[in-house]
Amino acid sequence: MSMYGQVFVKNNQYKLKGVFHHLTPNTPIRNADDGWKLMGVTNPRDMTYIHSYGGEAIFFESLSQGKLLATRCDNPDCETSGTIYIPFRIHCPDCLAKNTVIDLTDIAKKTARVHTFMTCARSGAFNLLDKPIRFINIEFDGVATILMSYLSIGDPTIGMKVVPIFKTCGPTFTILDLSWVPKGTGQGQLPEGFSF
Amino acid sequence: MITFSKQQLKIPQLQRPVYLVTAGQSKFDRAFPDKRIEELCIDAFTMAAGLLDISPAELKRYIHSCYYGHFADHFGDQLLGESVIHDRLGLDPLGNVGVKTGGATGGSTIWEGMKAVASGYSDCVLVMGWERMDEVPTDEGNFLISCAADKDWESPLGHIYTGYYAVMAQRYWQIFGKSEESFRKTLAEIAVKHHGYARFNPFAQSPMKITVDDVLKSPIVAYPLRTLDCCLMSVGAACTILCDEDTAVKLTKNSKNKPLRIWVAAGSHTLRPADRRDMAIPLLPHETADQYKDLGERFPGGERYPGFTGFLAARMAAYYGYGMAGITNPMEDLDVLELHDAFTISDVQTYEDIGLRPYGYGRNYVESGDCYHTNPHTGKPGKLPSNLSGGLIGCMHAVGATGIMQTFEIATHIWDRWAEIHGDAKLWQQFNREKPEDWTNLQVKGAKRGMAISHAGVGSHVTSTILMDPDHLMKKDA
Ligand SMILES: [Zn+2]
Repeated sequence: MSMYGQVFVKNNQYKLKGVFHHLTPNTPIRNADDGWKLMGVTNPRDMTYIHSYGGEAIFFESLSQGKLLATRCDNPDCETSGTIYIPFRIHCPDCLAKNTVIDLTDIAKKTARVHTFMTCARSGAFNLLDKPIRFINIEFDGVATILMSYLSIGDPTIGMKVVPIFKTCGPTFTILDLSWVPKGTGQGQLPEGFSF
Repeated sequence: MITFSKQQLKIPQLQRPVYLVTAGQSKFDRAFPDKRIEELCIDAFTMAAGLLDISPAELKRYIHSCYYGHFADHFGDQLLGESVIHDRLGLDPLGNVGVKTGGATGGSTIWEGMKAVASGYSDCVLVMGWERMDEVPTDEGNFLISCAADKDWESPLGHIYTGYYAVMAQRYWQIFGKSEESFRKTLAEIAVKHHGYARFNPFAQSPMKITVDDVLKSPIVAYPLRTLDCCLMSVGAACTILCDEDTAVKLTKNSKNKPLRIWVAAGSHTLRPADRRDMAIPLLPHETADQYKDLGERFPGGERYPGFTGFLAARMAAYYGYGMAGITNPMEDLDVLELHDAFTISDVQTYEDIGLRPYGYGRNYVESGDCYHTNPHTGKPGKLPSNLSGGLIGCMHAVGATGIMQTFEIATHIWDRWAEIHGDAKLWQQFNREKPEDWTNLQVKGAKRGMAISHAGVGSHVTSTILMDPDHLMKKDA
């Protein structure tokens, strides 16, 4: 058994452990209608990427701790100073100053509502969510943007009040650690590993 | 609230007029197990030369630089695929560059070619686009397409791009469509129209004689959208040749192709719809701010612009394009359109973004019959027919080629060569497709001006390509 490729950082260098790609043989593609003549070949490939979250790392770490972070431009000279962004923006899109990281968890718990949604029966390869996927786009009081995420319980409607839940047990450290449930949902109903 | 500076809103200015002299395309299909993409590119190029009644080798002698549109490197598993095509076309050592802007790649590639001629860098350029999406299975293909969304904030959510797009459709459906059954039928009529027009197009991948009922009974992809509401996944190539006035005259000397004036403009918007911020509606020449003052009262929930219901990039592409070409009202000034009908509902959204109807009333463009070749209510020519090729729903969406296919279509109308090309029995036979008994000539009679809209994903890039008969310009100094 080969070990999954794993990475840590030491002295600001990536340190790699385990296997980052797996070998599978090529096979010919032949034409069943024409004497099995050669048409092409398969090119299998399975490999693991190494990806830096950079200045957004704190956002993904915080999800696993039950916190929803956003950012705000506090540059007094900026035309849009005070604007709050989620998705988390490291820099203000207007003045490009470094934004202040803020905790949006309370505002989300109190004011989050569904701006729009879609229930989607299909998915692409490597999907980890249960189907149908209930995509929701969430507005918050005082926030300029509309966050995309997914609803874990119930059927979404426009205007529905929702609250965030976090995968604090066995987190994936991806955006999947953040999900939403209708306001009033009890802890006992949450999917495995999630808490308020 | 976002505002734009005067400098940003400047109407683009070309240094000299640019002409489109010819175009060509390959057959479009879901898969080509027997052809490499370069073979399809050579088909397209050979056709473009043929329409000028010259050989490919002769045409190549005029070309000075090349612009290649190909979006998804990872589908083809080949970086610098542009370089492969350039070599196979035998165009070394000319300068060439690859362009990629998602679904708008075709339009953006023409945009680049136009600028090269307008600036004087080149007197004649090749613009060629293609896509190959048949070399991975559908699930893996959906995964690869979802890589065009934000890899940390969106793609992990199901790796299904349709889902990211469909939330916008849902909002439009409920706020502006008011979830009305009548609106759902109007959307279905667009699918019927585009699959139906595809029947008369030998290049088209999905010709179908269907009814509104068939569309409404097709499997749900993402409610209210069904399979027949969605664009195709295609393989194919398309190209066009742009040049300055002298070269245009020389190249068209023995041809039925008249050099057509061309303008291309582009707009953009956030890759993640989540990042969209509110702004006032940028106005087109025939609109007033007053008309949108009570939009939120007429369509409760519709007060946020662009929100998730408008495509700012399309609005800006129209704003710049209309300004360059002197268009003051697209419904009056244009004769034929090709729109980016990724989904029936986004087709309707685009009608509003480009000013065919005011925001909130896009459906009327279909319901009035204006969008048809022949208005079904009056039996007379439609006021501004769109997607007579079949569009992305009926003809193809071979991403890098799409915007060029649309432009080819518009040109054939203005050249008055639509019937000659689309009705050619030899072409039908060569593509192994059956020309229908009731084949109908969709030539827009007397077409002098047209436009194609090329659009990426959730609206990150949009281009407007405007073509005009040089004897029927909207303004002298355009
Ligand atoms: Zn700022």
